[in-house]
Amino acid sequence: MSSLLEVKDLVIKFGLRTGDVTATTGVSFTIEKGEKLGLVGESGAGKSVTGFSIIVLISKPGYVADGHILFKGTDLTKISSEEMRNIRGNRISMIFQDPMMTLNPVLTIGTQMTETLLAHNPKMSMKEASEIALEKLRKVHIPSPEKRLEQYPHEFSGGMRQRIIIAIALITDPEIIIADEPTTALDVTIQAEIMDLISELCETEDMGFILITHDLAVVASVTENIAVMYAGRIVEKGRTRDVIDNPQHPYTKGLIKALPEGAKGSNRLNQIKGMMPTLTNIPDGCAFNPRCPYVMDICKTDEPSLIQVKGMDTQAACFLCKEEVFTNE
Amino acid sequence: MSNNEQSLLSVRNLYKRFDISGGLLDQIKFSGGKFSREITLVKALNNVSLEIKQGETFSVVGESGCGKSTLGRTIMGLYPPNSGEIYFNGDRLDQLSPKEMLPYRSRMQMVFQDPYASLNPRKTIKQTLEEPLKYHNPQMNAGELRDRVEEVLLQVGSDPKWVTRMPHEFSGGQRQRISIARALVVDPEFIVADEPISALDVSIQAQILNLLMDAQEQRNLTYLFVAHDLSVVEHISTNVAVMYLGTVCELADTKLLFEDPKHPYTMALLSAIPRLDGKKSERLKLTGEVPTPINLPTGCVFHGRCPYANSRCIAEIPELKTHSDGRKIACHAVEEERIR
Repeated sequence: MSSLLEVKDLVIKFGLRTGDVTATTGVSFTIEKGEKLGLVGESGAGKSVTGFSIIVLISKPGYVADGHILFKGTDLTKISSEEMRNIRGNRISMIFQDPMMTLNPVLTIGTQMTETLLAHNPKMSMKEASEIALEKLRKVHIPSPEKRLEQYPHEFSGGMRQRIIIAIALITDPEIIIADEPTTALDVTIQAEIMDLISELCETEDMGFILITHDLAVVASVTENIAVMYAGRIVEKGRTRDVIDNPQHPYTKGLIKALPEGAKGSNRLNQIKGMMPTLTNIPDGCAFNPRCPYVMDICKTDEPSLIQVKGMDTQAACFLCKEEVFTNE
Repeated sequence: MSNNEQSLLSVRNLYKRFDISGGLLDQIKFSGGKFSREITLVKALNNVSLEIKQGETFSVVGESGCGKSTLGRTIMGLYPPNSGEIYFNGDRLDQLSPKEMLPYRSRMQMVFQDPYASLNPRKTIKQTLEEPLKYHNPQMNAGELRDRVEEVLLQVGSDPKWVTRMPHEFSGGQRQRISIARALVVDPEFIVADEPISALDVSIQAQILNLLMDAQEQRNLTYLFVAHDLSVVEHISTNVAVMYLGTVCELADTKLLFEDPKHPYTMALLSAIPRLDGKKSERLKLTGEVPTPINLPTGCVFHGRCPYANSRCIAEIPELKTHSDGRKIACHAVEEERIR
């Protein structure tokens, strides 16, 4: 039985005049029905491009150079764009960051919702489509949905727009939803509502959910599994609780301690020195080595691969995890 | 006011309204067979009072549109207030002419949110940093200017060799360091930091927060920190004011506020923070939306979303009252002990 979605050794490159730039290297993860996975990293870590690649939506000059994306056993990198159109927005949906930008300002909510449905089911009548749209609006708890269908995006608040976008993503009953920073543009109280809503829907609809975000705290409160990305690589993955309570990779450790909540009483925050390398300029060996407080000679020459950490469910890409020199201080 | 000596900055009964009704033709409305002129006002600040003591970090938190940035900008004199008083070191600022305000400008500085927008893209770092210095200290010669810029760049952790570069050559974190350097270069006493880290990545946020805390220690600075990220506010501030729709609803010592919030809005806001430990606090869930500041609700601005609201809350505006533990709360329910 194959997984709902399996990403295997994904390599995404951007072809530039000066040569190819590698955006992600060897990214692998799987997701099952009803599972929630958090893909975390700072800007430029390759998390969004990974998300886009799953629905084959990387625009030129980006392309998938190697690896497989298996959706229920079908390799999405190998099928025609016709077949892909049948999956994208239908069986795999995506929610984007900015609810102000993703809705068309000159079309009513009803038109935008039914458009998706009719595109995927040309035989469906307008009436049927409207009924499904109503049902989905109810599902995302929008009050008086009949009236709302006739309204334009500017008549809604940010939180309401994001609910509508979720309703549009749900309209074809997808099996996977990918959300790229779905609450970054929203206030905390609205964020809490939207995250509750998404969690609830994943459970009731048995969907797979990939949450792409920079916010570790959001991932901690929503997902079961986590993959931490740095400079286009997954540096650590495992169960969310394990990774956050007991991080293994120095980058994950640093990231958690950089948060006021992770600093645990000390006045100064832990800062990871320097910044993430640009993709054209990734150092040899481990990409994190110039910023790593535990750097060893081998880190500067060899690139570590993801290995199982002894006695844990977590995988980390760090030589220290292998050598067992790395004790938790 | 007796505590005038200790507080560096005090704001009393501040009101700020923005007229968004446009030109005369936009204001004319036709209804009931008659023309009338209507003026639409955004009531951004409503009776805000606070005291900021020397050397402290005073944070203002709230959701977007609650008036926290307007408060910072009004204090800086970037917006003239409609009524109310602003005192800096005992001197009244809100009625000063731009010329009279000048000496205070170098004592009060501001760091803005977006380091991509707040640095002039056509000026080198040297020009950006020297400009405020030259302006406030016309007597300074080139050598002194250079030394000051170098000193301040070193303090913010940038390389003084970079002075000939343009802003586009820097990352967001480096730009924010330069914005902070620009604020520090005139040796201010008070800095308004308007969401200084929200445009930055987590590991860079930590660097900038540490930098701000170090600068405060070295220069005995006072901060007014405007933010929406509550965990950051909890970490750096001494006192916190929670704002909702242009009104301060709770003002307290940070520890007190985060451990035991009293105002229903503060409770809701705090319980909405996602936590690293993944534990969900028994959340006070809010229903409804933030009303628009154009038509403020009657009575308590929060009554429409408050689970404890009664008829008094709808009719009467609650006052910000000081409680025995020193915190100030504007809530009828707390006052009547209907909450806990």
